[in-house]
Amino acid sequence: MLPLLGVLVVVAGFALRLNPLIVVTIAGIVSALLAGISPLHILDAFGAGFASSRSISLAFIVLPVVGLAERYGLQQRARLLIEKAAKLTAGRLLLVYLFVRQVAAALGLTSIGGVAQMVRPVIYPMAEGAAMRLAGADELPDSITDTIKANAAAADTVGAFFGEDVFVAIGSVLLITSYVDANYHLRLDALQIALWAIPTAIAALVIHGFRLIRLDARLARSLAQPSPRAGNS
Amino acid sequence: MISAEWIYWLAGAFFLGTGVEIAIDQTHPKRWASSAFWALLGISFFYGSFVKVLPVWPLGLVVIALAIIAGTGLTGPGTVRTTTEAQRETSARKIGDALFVPALTIPVVTILFAVGISKIVVNGQPLLAKGQETLVGLGVSVIVALIVGTILLRPSPTFVSLREGRRILESVGWAVLLPQMLTVLGGLFTQAGVGTAVGAIAQHVAPEHSRTVAVIAYALGMALFTIVMGNAFAAFPIMTAAIGWPILVVRLGAHPAPMFAIGMLAGYCGTLCTPMAANFNLVPPALLGMKDKYGQIKVQIPTAIALFAVNVCFMMILPFL
Repeated sequence: MLPLLGVLVVVAGFALRLNPLIVVTIAGIVSALLAGISPLHILDAFGAGFASSRSISLAFIVLPVVGLAERYGLQQRARLLIEKAAKLTAGRLLLVYLFVRQVAAALGLTSIGGVAQMVRPVIYPMAEGAAMRLAGADELPDSITDTIKANAAAADTVGAFFGEDVFVAIGSVLLITSYVDANYHLRLDALQIALWAIPTAIAALVIHGFRLIRLDARLARSLAQPSPRAGNS
Repeated sequence: MISAEWIYWLAGAFFLGTGVEIAIDQTHPKRWASSAFWALLGISFFYGSFVKVLPVWPLGLVVIALAIIAGTGLTGPGTVRTTTEAQRETSARKIGDALFVPALTIPVVTILFAVGISKIVVNGQPLLAKGQETLVGLGVSVIVALIVGTILLRPSPTFVSLREGRRILESVGWAVLLPQMLTVLGGLFTQAGVGTAVGAIAQHVAPEHSRTVAVIAYALGMALFTIVMGNAFAAFPIMTAAIGWPILVVRLGAHPAPMFAIGMLAGYCGTLCTPMAANFNLVPPALLGMKDKYGQIKVQIPTAIALFAVNVCFMMILPFL
């Protein structure tokens, strides 16, 4: 049970709100030392783990493109675009995005969307523009802006998660089939695994979509009551 | 053959360039530590391509140093000169919807690569390394989008996109490193036997004969272990070996395909709730400049709980039809 102390370090570190980088580094070193792994092997594990996980950080290479377009008013343009679509509220817009993201991911097109290249430059400013129209103001209180940002990011994540599993050639489906086939001598069909992800995918769309539809009413309510922290009227 | 390593070098060059930019920015409040952080991160991306021929431990040392530099608050964002809100408003009206073109170039080119160019064969070898089509497509699409954007927008100075990219990158800050550090931690946990220990506990408490309790134990184990590890992939083999296979499939006769497919998705509900899945839950708030770092997780938790309950119901019925 000794290695579980590393898990405890993580839980305690996050609970104490220490910087996650420090927490994770200490937890890794602690569990490895407790398991009797030598310091040199721990350094090796840090190096090898970093080298093999570089693909996660590739998402950041889109930032120069996004930054360049932002310099010339991409976010402002997205807000202007929403002004033309009067019926598209923040909630409805995010619902459409959730649906598109999920269907695209189910077809294997996870590269459509993403927070860096789609939500920050286009989707979030559009949702904010719609909320500004609802408020009838040029500026929104910080709490409202944060709520819209959180919901835009969540729509992206929920859509991607519960869409990609319907696609046959995705990592999680292949992990299930390869693990089960190797260990239990079955021959699971990847297509079967993908098809059984459909009920949950539909449930995710219904549940999260319902919450997005209610987002508009929530925004309207918090806009109606004067927030103590809001600097504008 | 074009491989993902080239794209890692592109990312490395971006981080290294950010470090150099900060080094020459005299107004930067945390100039040297920030510059060192980004430059070392960039160099590590290059070094990572050669860990098969060079010793790995120096990279490990640098990675731990990066975590300490950034984790102790020595780094921070500078003030990057960019356009004002008013200037952006004017240019948005002047340039119009063409502003969307560079951003949309990225998914279009990436998909072209994934479905089309990945099939091209040169001298009997595929042009793109197998399994890396999307990564290569992303890298190429960024270069194409930068060229398109530069021609379309005619920025001055011409290479201002690096500085504009740095502006967003610095606002994300230390969170850039966190997803990779969590992967390292996952690997160390596995080596240290954390998974085996959790599996032993799960097997110990799981009941043998009740379908309802066994299904809940499997689903809850997937979700909780995913919350701890930040990744349902790590939870799946352990919970399946402890409960999914021996109890649910062998003893209670569940069909494996729906049980394991939905079991994995029960784990995904855990991913929605955990800061350990940093690239999904902590990096987006940083990218969007949210005040509340955990705001996205707070929005996702109600969906995760409801969806988890639905998954448990599905697992109770569908694999036993």
